[in-house]
Amino acid sequence: MSAGEGQLEPGAGRRIAVAFAAGLVFAAGLTLSGMTMPGKVIGFLDVLGTQGGWDPSLALVMGGGLLVFMPVFRLVAQRQRPLLDTRFRLPTKTDIDGRLLGGGVLFGLGWGLAGFCPGPALTAFGAAATGAADAALIFTPAMAVGMALFQAADRRRS
Amino acid sequence: MENFTPFTSLGGGLLIGLSSVMLLLLNGRICGISGISGGLTKLPGAYESREERLWRAAFTLGLLLGGLGLGAMAPEAFANTTARSTGALVVAGLLVGVGTQLGSGCTSGHGICGLGRRSPRSLAAVLTFMGAAFATVTATSLLTGGSL
Repeated sequence: MSAGEGQLEPGAGRRIAVAFAAGLVFAAGLTLSGMTMPGKVIGFLDVLGTQGGWDPSLALVMGGGLLVFMPVFRLVAQRQRPLLDTRFRLPTKTDIDGRLLGGGVLFGLGWGLAGFCPGPALTAFGAAATGAADAALIFTPAMAVGMALFQAADRRRS
Repeated sequence: MENFTPFTSLGGGLLIGLSSVMLLLLNGRICGISGISGGLTKLPGAYESREERLWRAAFTLGLLLGGLGLGAMAPEAFANTTARSTGALVVAGLLVGVGTQLGSGCTSGHGICGLGRRSPRSLAAVLTFMGAAFATVTATSLLTGGSL
């Protein structure tokens, strides 16, 4: 652990700019897809159609994402390094444990209650500044508090 | 099926895939929102370099400013037809915040990148949170008629 998290490495500026651009593209994708409308999300999660019929549209969001990401991942995985950095930083955990499944249950509960998952919540929070998406003004700060509480508790535990 | 929007939903999914490819191919990173934005809530010193925090902040800023611009251009894309009390939104937000950190990912990291990498761990996570969300919506709909 370095004090102040240290210096920037070469090329950091370009990588940070790429991250910003990727965030913009991600927000555009979410907004076009319908994920930023909690009612549409609830209509997708309502698989039994208890509120007047199931809307399967949002299955195509994951489908479209996989259609692009899956083949590219197979190609990129053969590379030694990404284009702008010296190595890949991919998830290393493979265990299916109580934390993974318990976290999934809590996340699913909250997603089903409000119709927001993290990406759409942040995008809608940005949109709330224009008067749209007022529910995100409450949901998104609560989500950030939940994340911070977990990080603080997890830090103390370890 | 009157609300079915296959073309815009697929198109949005393709853009999300493009964003994930940008982070992977250029920066060597996985595009998981709860890991990226949730990582910003880690205490100072948790990361080995300053870039770890800065790129996460930049991506999150892109999401927020993207939302700001799109909200101004197309406010209807953020329409909310759900009836949720402030209390329900706070509880739901806390659950999503804690759950995604405990479970190391959400719809993007496990759902697109994890499944795209054919990770059994991510498949288990996706089945769990989708199942929990299906059950939650069905239960609240049947018990309360859909308003909370």
